[in-house]
Amino acid sequence: MKKIMSGGVSATLGLGLCFLVTSVGAQNAPTASDGIAKYREMIADGNPAELYEAEGEQLWKKAAGSKNATLEKCDLGLGAGVVKGAAAQLPRYFKDTNRVQDLESRLMTCMEVLQGIDPKEIVDAPFGKGAKKAVEAVVAYVVTSSRDMKINAPMKHPKEKEMYALGKRAFYYRGGAMDFSCASCHDDASKRIRLQDLPDLTSAKGAALGWGYWPAYRVSSGEFWTMQRRLNDCYRQQRFPYPNYVSDVTIALSTYLAANAKGGVMHTPGLKR
Amino acid sequence: MKTSQLIFRASVLCALGLASISGYAQTAKAQAAMDKAIVASFRDEGIISVASITQDETQALCSDPKMATGKAGAKQRAAIEAANMETILPPYDGVYLGDWKEGEKVAQSGRGATWTDKSSAVNGGGCYNCHQISKAEVSHGTIGPSLLGYGKTRGNSAAVVEYTWGKMYNAKAYNACSAMPRIGHFNLLTEKQMKDVMALLLDPASPVNQ
Repeated sequence: MKKIMSGGVSATLGLGLCFLVTSVGAQNAPTASDGIAKYREMIADGNPAELYEAEGEQLWKKAAGSKNATLEKCDLGLGAGVVKGAAAQLPRYFKDTNRVQDLESRLMTCMEVLQGIDPKEIVDAPFGKGAKKAVEAVVAYVVTSSRDMKINAPMKHPKEKEMYALGKRAFYYRGGAMDFSCASCHDDASKRIRLQDLPDLTSAKGAALGWGYWPAYRVSSGEFWTMQRRLNDCYRQQRFPYPNYVSDVTIALSTYLAANAKGGVMHTPGLKR
Repeated sequence: MKTSQLIFRASVLCALGLASISGYAQTAKAQAAMDKAIVASFRDEGIISVASITQDETQALCSDPKMATGKAGAKQRAAIEAANMETILPPYDGVYLGDWKEGEKVAQSGRGATWTDKSSAVNGGGCYNCHQISKAEVSHGTIGPSLLGYGKTRGNSAAVVEYTWGKMYNAKAYNACSAMPRIGHFNLLTEKQMKDVMALLLDPASPVNQ
């Protein structure tokens, strides 16, 4: 991540991106996913998410908020200040808040308790903007620190099991003008929308394909997307109303996915279409 | 068999029965609480209200994977299909087929009906998202069956035309827990758009039937 901050490398990356985006766009339809795979491979050493990660690491160590404190004492589940491997073991139950939290809701807790940042500011900001932007950068930093680790969200505490059950219920919950649920597209490995392959998120393999590659840098929008944002856009396309940031349904779905993906590998941050 | 054994067996049966009844009540109660938590997680945004995910009977039944397929929910699914069949209305003027060229545009567009769309926006049918339709469009989904050669294979008898209209109008009339949206029932497309898609599928001149 340091290397990418140097002018030469980022210029190369920029050029590479231009070239690659053009070449992906020029792919014939049947080979679009091949094009994406090629694109991923070519910039494997330079996922643009690294820029967010670098910013996130700085934010982690920088005093901020009304308490002028850093996040370095934040407990992401493996003890105060432990970042390595923490994302691979989320969501999980936290005793101090007495609830199951995903990475983003946990970071909000740390920012509130340690730094004095009002969680409402974060919730109310649009994705990629204001107080939410800082959370997203820290997410990039934290998930990179779980790269190549085994997905292992604990499923022992009764509240974790409860959240899993809620997530499963939500996964199959059909509603809205199109009668869609998550399962409408994601309970069968052989299906696709247009040319986009759809993982079966009810299976260990399929769930790992989803959970193991998000959060991700999204080429089509040119932004780093957290899991909250990914789920938000799923619901938008499902023609559901707007899921509140870090609401129960979003944390429950993440719990369901992470538990199903257990034993898979974290490839975060991913690189997505 | 001794009386004591009989009494024992009867009491085991009673206990099992009671346990399963109270288990069911508990499950139903837990499910209701979960549904409440799900709905409470959303807010109104743009043209989409939280009320839109309050489930009707079809959505409620089909949200239970055990009931959506297989023997357990067969009876309930038949009732759901009958109720959905009642909702199907023929075109106002009795003309089922429009312009296949316009139908192709409707089938191509997956736009509309999200919280980022305006109420004045024209919805697409999103047909290619899930179906192969014309040979020329290779970027098609596979969630639904291929419709390539739809009219050529089936002809366009009154029965085929009415079935196709009905299936598009309310797919749940034919398969209670189908993945396909109820396009006419929920006004996702206008009647004209539906006629145009009908022509795309059934007009002998449509590329679908070449």
